[in-house]
Amino acid sequence: MNQNTNWLFKMAWRDAKASRVRLLLFMASIILGIAAVVSIQLFSTNLKDNIQLQSKALMGADYTIDTRQEPTTRAKAIIDSLKPDASEVNFVSMIAFPKNGGTKLVRVRGLKGDFPFYGSIDTQPTSAAASYQNLGGALVDATLMLQFNVKPGDSIKVGELTLPIIGSLKAIPGSTAISSSVAPPIIIPYRFIANTELLQFGSRKEYQFFYKASDTLNLERFEKTIQPMLEAEKADLDTHTSTSQRLGRRYDNVGKFLNLAAFIALLLGCIGIASSVQIYIKEKLSAIAVLKCLGASRKQSFLIFLIQIAGIGIVGGLIGSAIGIGLQELFPYLLQEFLPFSVEVSISAQPVIMGIFLGLFMSVLFALLPLLRTWYVSPLEVLRVDENASQEPLKVRLLVFSAIVIFLFLFSFWLLKDAIYALGFVLATMITFAVLAGIALLSIKTIRRFFPKRWSFTARQSLLNLFRPNNQTVVLVVAIGLGTFLISTLYFTKDILLSKTEVGDTSASANMIIIDIQTEQRQELQQLIESKELKVLDNIPLVTMRMHSINGELVNALRQDSTKQTKRWILNHEFRASYRDSLIDSEELLEGKWIPELKANDPVVVSISDNLAADARVGVGDPIVFNVQGVLMETTVGSIRKVDWGQIQLNFAILFPKGVLEKAPQFSVITTTVPDEASSADLQRDLVSKFPNVSIIDLRQVYTIVEDILDKVAWIINFMAFFSILTGIIVLIGSVRTSKYQRIKESVLLRTLGAKNHQILKISALEYLFLGLLGSLVGILLALVSSLCLAILVFKEPFVPSIIPFVVFLPGISLLVLAIGLSNIRVVLQSSPLEVLRREG
Amino acid sequence: MSKILKITGLEKTYSSGNKQLTVLQDISFDVEKGQTFSIIGPSGSGKTTLLGLCAGLDQPNAGSVELCGEDLSKLNEDQRAQLRNKEVGFIFQNFQLLPTLTALENVSVPLELQGSKAAVKTSMALLDKVGLADRFHHYPSQLSGGEQQRVALARAFANAPSILFADEPTGNLDEETGEKVIKLLFDLNEEAGTTLVIISHDLDLANRTQQILRLKGGKIFSNETTAVL
Repeated sequence: MNQNTNWLFKMAWRDAKASRVRLLLFMASIILGIAAVVSIQLFSTNLKDNIQLQSKALMGADYTIDTRQEPTTRAKAIIDSLKPDASEVNFVSMIAFPKNGGTKLVRVRGLKGDFPFYGSIDTQPTSAAASYQNLGGALVDATLMLQFNVKPGDSIKVGELTLPIIGSLKAIPGSTAISSSVAPPIIIPYRFIANTELLQFGSRKEYQFFYKASDTLNLERFEKTIQPMLEAEKADLDTHTSTSQRLGRRYDNVGKFLNLAAFIALLLGCIGIASSVQIYIKEKLSAIAVLKCLGASRKQSFLIFLIQIAGIGIVGGLIGSAIGIGLQELFPYLLQEFLPFSVEVSISAQPVIMGIFLGLFMSVLFALLPLLRTWYVSPLEVLRVDENASQEPLKVRLLVFSAIVIFLFLFSFWLLKDAIYALGFVLATMITFAVLAGIALLSIKTIRRFFPKRWSFTARQSLLNLFRPNNQTVVLVVAIGLGTFLISTLYFTKDILLSKTEVGDTSASANMIIIDIQTEQRQELQQLIESKELKVLDNIPLVTMRMHSINGELVNALRQDSTKQTKRWILNHEFRASYRDSLIDSEELLEGKWIPELKANDPVVVSISDNLAADARVGVGDPIVFNVQGVLMETTVGSIRKVDWGQIQLNFAILFPKGVLEKAPQFSVITTTVPDEASSADLQRDLVSKFPNVSIIDLRQVYTIVEDILDKVAWIINFMAFFSILTGIIVLIGSVRTSKYQRIKESVLLRTLGAKNHQILKISALEYLFLGLLGSLVGILLALVSSLCLAILVFKEPFVPSIIPFVVFLPGISLLVLAIGLSNIRVVLQSSPLEVLRREG
Repeated sequence: MSKILKITGLEKTYSSGNKQLTVLQDISFDVEKGQTFSIIGPSGSGKTTLLGLCAGLDQPNAGSVELCGEDLSKLNEDQRAQLRNKEVGFIFQNFQLLPTLTALENVSVPLELQGSKAAVKTSMALLDKVGLADRFHHYPSQLSGGEQQRVALARAFANAPSILFADEPTGNLDEETGEKVIKLLFDLNEEAGTTLVIISHDLDLANRTQQILRLKGGKIFSNETTAVL
């Protein structure tokens, strides 16, 4: 380092030391911005891992292989070579309770090994899940036990085998799908299966093999390689990632939202930097003129402050990263009681390095425009201050502005990994910036033009402050407006996402499904539910059918033809179709036209789900013949629907319009919501005694798993929104606080001329109130537009704006700006003018 | 005697909206090396503008300024800054100390810019000379007006300038303090043998210099040697 460089660093340090209070505000913006970005990045990675772990708990394993027959030799070889960690054979059979002679069709699951590897079998008593294997007993579906009034200790007869019941089965991973068999499950140790003598040659059964994969295994690639081999052997591979995908858009959107929060937090930091450096450098211009007068070159003057800003950027980045890391480490401990999950924290050097670089880049870049003024300031300003003399040329300003836009684009691209979204983010920010600056300038012009000359002295003074030389209108309206815009956008967006995760509000969604209701039972059953002051939510007709031919080819022929790509399950499946005249929330029309109702002789059109269309290789207009309990029905695919299977409600792969299936043999499904376990038991008892043929699915157990995941999603969204909003508010405080030095001399002069405290207060109060109201109102209105765009284009969800930004943010931010503004001049009110001038320089 | 400052046909105009405002017109004079010189005139006569042009802080619309043998019009801004650092000292009415630097650091700046290794030692000696040995580490806001101007004096002499420009050096001081500062200025100047150019509207102060240039309405009204000579 040569002597000149040494001196530059020395000067930067000397000046920074004496300006530490002002620079702290600047550094606070960097620290907060970086802390938010780093903690959001780390926290989101950790939480995504956590959610992924939870999705494994839905399946209980990393992946499973199942087959509906004894595995072929080749399938067996593949299954064995992958070394299953647990396995199961299951089949549907009648069981009996010797205690009361009750019988029921159930799904018997014979389990071997330590399944599940993730999540747990939920039993009553809790210890039963761990002990049933050793004790050689059965776990029996909780609803079934309730229906037949059997208790742990009683016995169950499965085929030729009688076993003690160890506990009631409330939930088990891998059994959350509502579309699965309606037969309630019974779990017994695999070693007893042979003793039941139920598994004879030709009997229908399913084999499942459960695997735990190493962390390094790429499941998607693995699935692509293995699945075709297994499919050829009539076996099927299912991974936990596909299970988590069932959570659908809600899950994907969390990632998008976290990126949005990180982008907004960083942008808020940048606003803080830009507004505080703008005023900081403005105050330094006279000192720079003196330095130039004493012989400092333009480069030297520029470099002194560049070193200062870069140094603060690096230190701020370092502290911000440390806080970011600390926060994500601290939160699980601090908020243990509130967190619905435990987070395993891992630290890597990458976010720290990223934080430092980001701190350096954002501070230098956003400070560059004001910093350039140091280059252009004339030494003549020592003698005569000329406001416009040190203005940098338009070309230079455009260059810096372009660099800022490029930085923002690259940062958003890094976050979003999507050039179009990144461009959208940057454009939205630029438009907001331009609109805010435009409105600030327009309001200045309007006030000037229609200046209320008859207003009181204080009111006139405060209005004059808005357009006089040294005014802070544009800077503060842009800073307050952009801050409010970002905060409100985050709040609106948070609401968009949270509305999709509210399955917790079970009063609106069904948690008990009653199946196999005969048509003549329907009314009586409905009355029974209503007599218990429960609501019947859905009353859905169900007609079972199989596919007879697809695109003119018989299903039997398709089964034989190995060259056909039609998925096997389609050919064997007994579909439960329904009919209605409208689409529901979980459905979205992708192709074709939805036909609500048909007349007697109209050709029959059906609507199928997108996954069925893909697996059956059919499109709109293709013919399908269904075998509806012996009657062949010719249909055409009229439309294809995207079905959100993640919504816990009855969804259908095949949907008929009204007017076709009404006379077909059918049964009904009625859904209701029960508030608690006691009412659930009470209703189930009555239903079983009056309608012994119906089956009941108690969804409350399914809800607990899905709800748990969605709770986490909601928590992350709320937390990140709160954190970024907090960042925004602190940056706002910083921006308004830096304007202190702008007004203090004027207030002192007024005081010297005899202005009373209340007059000075009123002048400042009106000025800040105006700036706060204008900035926050425009910010919120712009946020409405941006949130609508985000809802439609990014999250693909409906947008119902919350009133909170209008009733809380608007007055809240205006009052905050007012309070900081008034606290800025507090020093003037409490001390003598000379004292103030000496202290504040 | 050789000329340290040579002004020829100087003109300065400012544009205000569509109007051109001529502040200085047809100004020519010389200042000899080692001479004490004052420029006086009423407010708005162009004194400060002339000082800015003489010291290379601004550029004229016409005419030339030759400072220490260098034609300022041929130098760029950084070269002019370098010349100031080597040859010129300044004292301003409002002291113009760097508010974030201590008294000692303020005095050291011109020497540090030259790369002097004895910057601190020389600055301490100068501050001692102006009677501020106990104020080395005080910031300007912690000093009285008189003390601040004495720091400015020490800073002005720190780089041993060939010429020193003083713009209303007592303008912000009371009479007694002002008198002390002027005495110190003249003493230091005599000791260093520096050319002194004072801008003032105080005739008493001007009368203590060897030559007085009177400005009126942007033009030279008179240029006379004084009795001091």
